[in-house]
Amino acid sequence: MATDSAAEALSTESAAVVRQDSAMQRLRRNWSVRIGGVVLLALVFIALAAPLLGTVDPTLFDAGSRDLTPGQSGEITTLDGDSIKHTFIMGSDSFGRDIYSRVLYGTRVSLMVGAFSAVVALVFGILLGLLSGYLRWLDGPLMRVMDGVMAIPAILIAIALVAMWRASLLSVIIAIAIPEIPRVTRLVRSLVLTIREEPYVEAAISLGTPAWKIMLFHILPNTVAPLLVQGTYICAAGILVEAILSFLGVGLPPDIPTWGNIMAEGRVQFVTFPHNVLFPGIFLALTVLAVNILGDGLRDTLDPKMARRS
Amino acid sequence: MYKFLARRLLSTIPVLAIVAVLVFLMLRLTPGDPAAILAGDAANTEQIARIREGLGLDRPLPVQFAIWAKSILSGDLGESFYFKMKVTSLIGQRLEATLSLATLTIIFAVFTAVPLGVLAAWRFGGWFDRILMGFSVMGFSVPVFVLAYILIWIVSLKLGWLPVQGYKPIAEGFGPFIRHLILPAITLSVIYIALIARVTRASVLEALGEDYIRTARAKGLPESRVLIRHALTNAAVPIVTVIGIGIALLIGGVVVTESVYAIPGLGRLTVDAVLARDFPTIQGVILFFSVIYVMINLLVDLSYVFFDPRIRY
Repeated sequence: MATDSAAEALSTESAAVVRQDSAMQRLRRNWSVRIGGVVLLALVFIALAAPLLGTVDPTLFDAGSRDLTPGQSGEITTLDGDSIKHTFIMGSDSFGRDIYSRVLYGTRVSLMVGAFSAVVALVFGILLGLLSGYLRWLDGPLMRVMDGVMAIPAILIAIALVAMWRASLLSVIIAIAIPEIPRVTRLVRSLVLTIREEPYVEAAISLGTPAWKIMLFHILPNTVAPLLVQGTYICAAGILVEAILSFLGVGLPPDIPTWGNIMAEGRVQFVTFPHNVLFPGIFLALTVLAVNILGDGLRDTLDPKMARRS
Repeated sequence: MYKFLARRLLSTIPVLAIVAVLVFLMLRLTPGDPAAILAGDAANTEQIARIREGLGLDRPLPVQFAIWAKSILSGDLGESFYFKMKVTSLIGQRLEATLSLATLTIIFAVFTAVPLGVLAAWRFGGWFDRILMGFSVMGFSVPVFVLAYILIWIVSLKLGWLPVQGYKPIAEGFGPFIRHLILPAITLSVIYIALIARVTRASVLEALGEDYIRTARAKGLPESRVLIRHALTNAAVPIVTVIGIGIALLIGGVVVTESVYAIPGLGRLTVDAVLARDFPTIQGVILFFSVIYVMINLLVDLSYVFFDPRIRY
């Protein structure tokens, strides 16, 4: 027995000499991370550089350029009232607005809603999860409330909240984030329950470290990898739900160019002009796919335990 | 068994109670006059006054909840201001379409996803497995309504095989009923198939690593029997669990699918109620969906006994 453990100590020591790949190196080698990351970076670039990519103001319209098919040229009236020539790469809608410009500007809303709803869900989920995992008396009641939230289908919560608050960017983000909070809370709680049994936490407790310091500096850093993965999935779901809300007509006001809004506007004429629905649809599907693939890649490289589970 | 059944039934009560509290608070914690919000844009001042009186809005919050909970427990979900009728009868009216769509979707999804998942696990790492997993990620990413429009475009408009949209009750004949439901059910099942296939694959893969599989193969059983009788049966518990959990996805999908295909069901009702800001209906539908979801997962729990004799209640 004694020799066994000595051999084990020896082998772990010699293993430590071999240089381990850092998480960053593993990430960069993973194909899912590469593909998802590149597509996502391209979309971020499109969102930021939208004004430079041959677009016009997405709210501009021209009665003379209604329902153009993709590639047709027409005119568009600027805010000053001048008519300028413009090629409608993706056609125009029934108001004579440029679909290409609206789709490109729509990237901004989608990415923003996705990212911020993930951040909001993570922040509240982490907070509640830490509290629940660390303060045992709070655990029972809090988890029952979370069970209750999880028993209501996510889209219904989002729809009801947006209906109650009247849609704005902030209310849409919060409405999307709220149904995601219980899952994050559960994840953080389970992580806390495992980590708090680790020797280094025990050591910190025996040294008299206050609870909040243990949570912040000893437990939280060890939850980063699974939370990053979870955050990516929430981001993907958030982008989808925002598009669904807009598409159903309960999301952001219709003049704001979001992919869901463009599709909602185009659905009436889908039979004659399918491009109104198809172009934003392709962008939407591509974005969500990229974020999901990135999430899978992150999971495989950063959180092998979770990868094995699914 | 009966004792367990009773205990498990009782355990759904706190969850449902919390759902009720949440739905109740959703409205009370919003800025503005709850009576005016509850009445919606279509209501007049007289109606608003009547609601305020009926709900006892001048009383403390717990008392208000008690009044509301009492009317719900007696089966009264209030009256819709937009549709001018009882919310319960409104739900009853729309139930057939949604139930038909959901049932067809579940049947189609389970009978597609489970064989696909088993095949992928059987040929783990092979081309079929990779393609299926690729499709599964795509299934999670393609929005329901985009998929719906692509299907309508190809199947209904280009090929002319099925009607574009609409719904025919089963009372008007099975043929038209099913023809109107095929596309919506396929649309709705895609994300569900992705989910179930993924879990089936993982679960069967795990079962295939067990000793009894080697024994079964060693005694010369045909591979199909090994896969179905030995691997799949033992992998069933996670699969039925995910079918139950997936109902939440399905409900979300129903809301969108019914809107695209113009099916007069509960999903469509939800959207119409939200657009009209008809809060009694919104509350009623959310409560209804949540109860269904909780009950289905209760049934899933109970079905474990059937799939795994080791589990005893």
